[in-house]
Amino acid sequence: MDLKDLYQEIILDHGKNPRNLGKFDNYNKDAKGNNPLCGDNVHVYLRLNENKKVEDIAFEGHGCAISMASASIMTDMVRGKEEKEVKEIVSDFLGMIKEKDSLVTNILKDDEKTKLMSLSGVKQYPMRVKCATLSWHTLTSALDNSDQIVKTEE
Amino acid sequence: MNIDDIKREFPIFDDKIQNNDLVYLDSANSSQKPRVVVDRIYDFYSKEFSNVGRSVHYLAVAATNLYEQTRVSVQKYINAKDKDEIVFTKGATEAINLVANTFGQKYLSEGDEVLLTELEHHSNYVPWHFLRKAKNIKIEFAEINDDGEVTLEAIEKKITNKTKIISVSHLSNVTGAILPIKEIVKLAHSKNIPVLIDGCQGAPHLKLDMQDIDCDFYAISGHKMYGPTGIGVLYAKKKWLEDLPPYQGGGGMINEVKKEGITYGELPNKYEAGTMATAQVIAFNESIKFMEKIGIQNIEKHEKELLDYGLEKLRKNNSVNIIGNPKEKGGVISFTIEGVHPHDIATILDEDGVAIRAGHHCCQILHDKLNLPATARASFGVYNTKDDIDKLDEAINKCKKIFNL
Repeated sequence: MDLKDLYQEIILDHGKNPRNLGKFDNYNKDAKGNNPLCGDNVHVYLRLNENKKVEDIAFEGHGCAISMASASIMTDMVRGKEEKEVKEIVSDFLGMIKEKDSLVTNILKDDEKTKLMSLSGVKQYPMRVKCATLSWHTLTSALDNSDQIVKTEE
Repeated sequence: MNIDDIKREFPIFDDKIQNNDLVYLDSANSSQKPRVVVDRIYDFYSKEFSNVGRSVHYLAVAATNLYEQTRVSVQKYINAKDKDEIVFTKGATEAINLVANTFGQKYLSEGDEVLLTELEHHSNYVPWHFLRKAKNIKIEFAEINDDGEVTLEAIEKKITNKTKIISVSHLSNVTGAILPIKEIVKLAHSKNIPVLIDGCQGAPHLKLDMQDIDCDFYAISGHKMYGPTGIGVLYAKKKWLEDLPPYQGGGGMINEVKKEGITYGELPNKYEAGTMATAQVIAFNESIKFMEKIGIQNIEKHEKELLDYGLEKLRKNNSVNIIGNPKEKGGVISFTIEGVHPHDIATILDEDGVAIRAGHHCCQILHDKLNLPATARASFGVYNTKDDIDKLDEAINKCKKIFNL
């Protein structure tokens, strides 16, 4: 294990200055997620337009560098994408965190994949995987209009 | 007392953990186990095992005697009047649930108040919340002050003529505050209110004398007292155990069972339904003996020295913010580092073998009050040394470096 894999420069940057932090008025989908283990929580807001495209996305919440960076990078990455593309990216990301070595989706450009792969360091820290995945599960829940609050503990 | 010798009695420190010497600063969560406890479990299962209190064969009688010996050891250790006042449970959580359930059943009804404090662990809140849901009782919280203490006055302020029981922590697992439990009990009794003390953090670190404290109930966790998991103790005054209904039903707790009705067993069997954690109870006797051999006053003194050293060291470390400043404080230091989330602190410290806890420590009410979602916590046990605190301090500096502080 190497801390440098976990706390890469990009993670520290997004963790410290998360992009898309806050809430905007005309969102039409949202969902909450929390991690009962540590009390971290996230609330994802997004606006899908008539073409099912993510017009805007933001999040509120607090958490560790990993969870804040993950939500920050995620929101950056899915803005402007269509709903089904977003779902493919989410499933690719979660698959990579769980078992695969790399991202396989064609939707993301190489530099975007590199950015997302910066979160792969958590694979060496099983207790921290949930920090990286919470906002992604919450995004899925928002898209599916689920009323259930996403919990990392099942 | 020689800490190096004491540390050698704990097998966990024999080998490196992830290539590091273990700096274990998570004893408020659960303590490590001395060899005598580990060996006792092995020996009991390999040479002496039988269920207790039922059969008459040799092994059953011997196991029953061992099991009852722990009861007497606990009674003496906490200076309870009678061995029947010691009920074994699966932990302090079950001990509190037992009281909330049985006392609630018999004595609480709509509008009655249970008085807790803002310091309480979830295990001393959720069981009372069940009663709030089931019986529409009210739960009041005595407030903490700026130093993270709950004073006698704070308790007094919340007592009303509806208060039916007071349930408070002996020692906070977050701020380390030691509550004035003897005075709280005296005040409560003057108003005819019984008191339960959550002694999870008190029992491993402070001298206990039930007859002196005079509380009605005291909950103890075995695994925080260098004992096995799955074992706890409820101390309760005999009058309560005789008066309250049984908690769980099953084998062992009955007197006579007929189709028309059932009578319950004598104390302490009345509260020990089903096969108990026999091996753990028997091994818990070794934990008590281990602590007695060192002497609780020596443990207290050692941990106080560590605490003073740790507080001094961490206060000098800028950007470290220590949570609470109680005048009477046990060996717990909760802290935050400006700009680093406690979970990141815990992961980075772990890389150097420094094991701490991060999160809300099962005290969300307290963390809400402090307006902090989480804190990092270093807590001490008898095996810790000043060197451990130096390593903690160094690891914190590494943390600051990674986060460019």
